[in-house]
Amino acid sequence: MGMTISEKILAAHAGLDKVRPGEIINAKLDLVLANDVTGPVAIKEFSKLGIDRVYDQEKIALVPDHFTPNKDIASAEQSKILRDFVKKQQIKHFWETGRVGIEHCLLPEQGVVLPGDLIIGADSHTCTYGAVGAFATGVGSTDCAAGMATGEAWFRVPESLKFVFNGTKFQPWVSGKDLILYLIGKIGVDGARYKVMEFTGQGIRSLSMDNRLTMCNMAIEAGAKAGIIEPDEITLRYVKERAKREYKLYKSDLDASYENIFEFNSEDIPLQVAFPHLPENTKPVDEASGIKIDQVVIGSCTNGRLEDLEITANILKGKKIHPEIRCLIFPGTQDIYLEALRKGWIETMIEAGAAVSTPTCGPCLGGHMGILAKGERALSTTNRNFVGRMGHPQSEVYLCNPAVAAASAIKGEIVHPKEVVKNG
Amino acid sequence: MGKAWKFGHDIDTDVIIPARYLNRSEPEHLAAHCMEDADASFAQNVQKGDIIVGGKNFGCGSSREHAPLAIKAAGIKAVIAENYGRIFFRNALNIGMPILECPEAVEGIESGDQVDVNLINGTIENFTKGTTFKAKPFPAFMQELIKAGGLIPYVKENKKDA
Ligand code: SF4
Repeated sequence: MGMTISEKILAAHAGLDKVRPGEIINAKLDLVLANDVTGPVAIKEFSKLGIDRVYDQEKIALVPDHFTPNKDIASAEQSKILRDFVKKQQIKHFWETGRVGIEHCLLPEQGVVLPGDLIIGADSHTCTYGAVGAFATGVGSTDCAAGMATGEAWFRVPESLKFVFNGTKFQPWVSGKDLILYLIGKIGVDGARYKVMEFTGQGIRSLSMDNRLTMCNMAIEAGAKAGIIEPDEITLRYVKERAKREYKLYKSDLDASYENIFEFNSEDIPLQVAFPHLPENTKPVDEASGIKIDQVVIGSCTNGRLEDLEITANILKGKKIHPEIRCLIFPGTQDIYLEALRKGWIETMIEAGAAVSTPTCGPCLGGHMGILAKGERALSTTNRNFVGRMGHPQSEVYLCNPAVAAASAIKGEIVHPKEVVKNG
Repeated sequence: MGKAWKFGHDIDTDVIIPARYLNRSEPEHLAAHCMEDADASFAQNVQKGDIIVGGKNFGCGSSREHAPLAIKAAGIKAVIAENYGRIFFRNALNIGMPILECPEAVEGIESGDQVDVNLINGTIENFTKGTTFKAKPFPAFMQELIKAGGLIPYVKENKKDA
């Protein structure tokens, strides 16, 4: 029997011909990642190992994106721990404020993560990199410390679930965000626990890289160990100009075995909104229409990429944000920011009355740059709507795609974009 | 023996330790805000040796190791749940925070019950109700990790062998 793309990547890195779900393996890593929240804890654990040098300075990425630009003295101290470690260990992949972006937007963009890679990251959304055909999974700081020291990690080979999207036609405004929210609504926040979500079918093949990254980003919201999409022409076009090292393309065998296969008609999936306080509480946007909101957040590692900003700007063009709404827009990286600026999209956003920020995780995790007060409600393109995620424990977060977010920012309540955009 | 603190399903890491406290990572700081958004009285009233009981998917969400660290520093002896979010499960093993999987115990324990766990053989005893449960045993490799006291001591031991 054949193997899935995930099994092939794991086997290759463990030096084995074959692996089977349930097996525990030790495998070599192509990249180990941490940020300014998880990195300092990892560095502390690393220092307990009695190993002087990291296994490879080129295979570690430290990204200070959560509380940067440093929100307060405590977070400044955390960033400094990263910076000092980077200097001492001569770590190659590190970016300072002014060049840094949100890790999961930045690393694919900079060609640091490539097809066929095996990656662990001390950030749960490390699964984003499955979009380029890598096997990437979130771990904690201690795993990250051991990975930085040894270049290896243990894995339980996960079962794979296959999600097939048939047909390349989607309803107007439907994006990768809606597909993944829809799936999480179907299988629940533990529906893929410990497993891989492999996305495939013509519907997926027709999606841009930005949309694929959004989908793999939220695999963790169904509890998955990884989300993955086989590399194709679209992937190659994206990675070719970015890669500065070799990479390898893996594909699932036709007779690979899956624990379960789910099939959908692309065209049947409506625009989605996830209600508080779990990403599985999804409903078609029409059932959310009329819900009053206080704040709209567009950005994050889920929807802070160029296409997301383009859609946002197209909707905001020539319009005004509702007077009672605070609309915050966070480009994912400096390159995305600059490109949006050159295209005139940032100007459009500011003219509409939005606050546009330097790249940071900021409001996505209730860190800084737009915290909610008690009883306030946000509509956000981020990935989590847990209790207290964006501020006060009695605030609420609804999740959606950038088109719904931008249209709702104009209307002052959740709406279908067609209510705001003519011919939409 | 300690008091059981029972929570529901899908207790996420933002509830265990909200991100607004993650600009610092000292265990005492984390313990002071542990479970704050689910039960604001927890951090003040929890006693050393108490036990957390969760439903399914306990610790889902973020990769922050601050979550099991906060629970450990709060003095919790063990977490018992139906099952766990993957990264939380791994983190707990790695830092030597005892966790047990036992749906029957979750069903048979209420908040405030006096409970104890035997971490060697996985026995869970509810003294208030006079019932005993047996947790699911861990696979061999994970037992080695637990025996070593977590991943850092495990890697250190194995490095010596290499
Ligand atoms: S944008 Fe949000 S979800 Fe993404 S890495 Fe930052 S905090 Fe995590």
